[in-house]
Amino acid sequence: MTLAHRIIPCLDVDASRVVKGIEFQDLRDMGDPEALASRYNREGADELILLDITASRDGRATFLETVCGVARRLNIPFTAGGGIRSLEDGRAVLRAGADKVTVNTAAIERPELISKLAAQFGSQAVVLSMDAKRKGARWEIFIRGGSQATGRDAVAWAQEGVARGAGEILLTSIDRDGTCSGFDCELTATIAAGVSVPLIASGGAKKFEDFLDVFGKGGADAALAASIFHSKEQSISALKNYLARQGVPVRLSR
Amino acid sequence: MKIAIIDYGAGNLPSVERAFFHLGVETERVTTPEQIPSAKAIVLPGVGHFAAFVTGLRERNLTAALHAAIDSRVPVLGICLGLQAMFASSEEAPAELGLDLIHQQVKALPKNVKSPHIGWNQVRRLRPGILLERIAEDAYFYFAHSYAAAACEPHTAAVCDHGFPFTAVIEHDNLMAVQFHPEKSGEAGTAILRNFVEWAQ
Repeated sequence: MTLAHRIIPCLDVDASRVVKGIEFQDLRDMGDPEALASRYNREGADELILLDITASRDGRATFLETVCGVARRLNIPFTAGGGIRSLEDGRAVLRAGADKVTVNTAAIERPELISKLAAQFGSQAVVLSMDAKRKGARWEIFIRGGSQATGRDAVAWAQEGVARGAGEILLTSIDRDGTCSGFDCELTATIAAGVSVPLIASGGAKKFEDFLDVFGKGGADAALAASIFHSKEQSISALKNYLARQGVPVRLSR
Repeated sequence: MKIAIIDYGAGNLPSVERAFFHLGVETERVTTPEQIPSAKAIVLPGVGHFAAFVTGLRERNLTAALHAAIDSRVPVLGICLGLQAMFASSEEAPAELGLDLIHQQVKALPKNVKSPHIGWNQVRRLRPGILLERIAEDAYFYFAHSYAAAACEPHTAAVCDHGFPFTAVIEHDNLMAVQFHPEKSGEAGTAILRNFVEWAQ
């Protein structure tokens, strides 16, 4: 019996379309969220994450419709977030069919949001999403889609988030995001060693070996990628078969 | 056959309902005790806090009707917190009384492992059973919990290991339960629900 390492495709949605930006600029249309969700559910994804990157608050209703539509296509766990600012925002996403909700910027501004969500829905439903950028020997947390520095140390923030009830951490390396140069295993290993909850690594995935590294050296429990899966550059089932051959416990579809 | 799904006010019912819908099985949300006596099979779904579950049942006056149905041998399937609610109590809310169908306390996962236990894990069968029938020995199921019940005779049919060997599957008389989420466990999870439905019919 072994807990499997998870492969998690991520859908960034803007106005009900999946998009991929290069360093938050130049959004490219990558398809229909429900169609992609169906495909990943079939191809052996272990979970799906859906993030609302719509700039304005006017898109909330549209996003909730997308959450609802995607949930209908899945029989695997489903996490949704992006722009979650209140208990009510979290409730709406879970009611629409997500199993877990992610918080990021609002949690830095009002850390009690994490505690409130965990008290209401349980820690297993609260994922603390954090965007970190290297600063000397440490990493600093950035908010608002990676555009605003906070001065907060990534390890300290991860530990505070867990103490407040976050049940998982979704850790994105700003330095690696969109670079296709592999996960930041040093960052991942540092955060993983500092907290007692599962860690999802994000940012920089390109090759199969990147995933092997982040589960090994990086100590991650799960790894997230977006465009390499959307574009069919890498297939989830081939990736998982590769990891299994390398001795990494993964759930193989049959 | 229609499956009665207990709605205690906090569970994530749509995914459970959808899973049964895909099997061609009708479901009904139960919010009042009057709905229980006619139920042919009952599902106790659950996510969240032990206290929310048992107080949710109590506030809706569902506890006594549920006990009566279980005593009259109606098939019951507990899911995640629904499994834990079958126990006497939980360290998550020590003052709250569970359904006490199994006279033990649910424990917190130990500090030496990551908690919550979130992700896909395998189970070890202690004996042949109904829910895991025709499912591969090495199949994975999706777990998401911070508390777990130690294996107990005669209820535990399969265990999973995370900090200690805990009850992953219960099968005893008309009581069935799983600590994982079959509705989130891909094809293996669907097979669990199908096995429950076929047995309950």
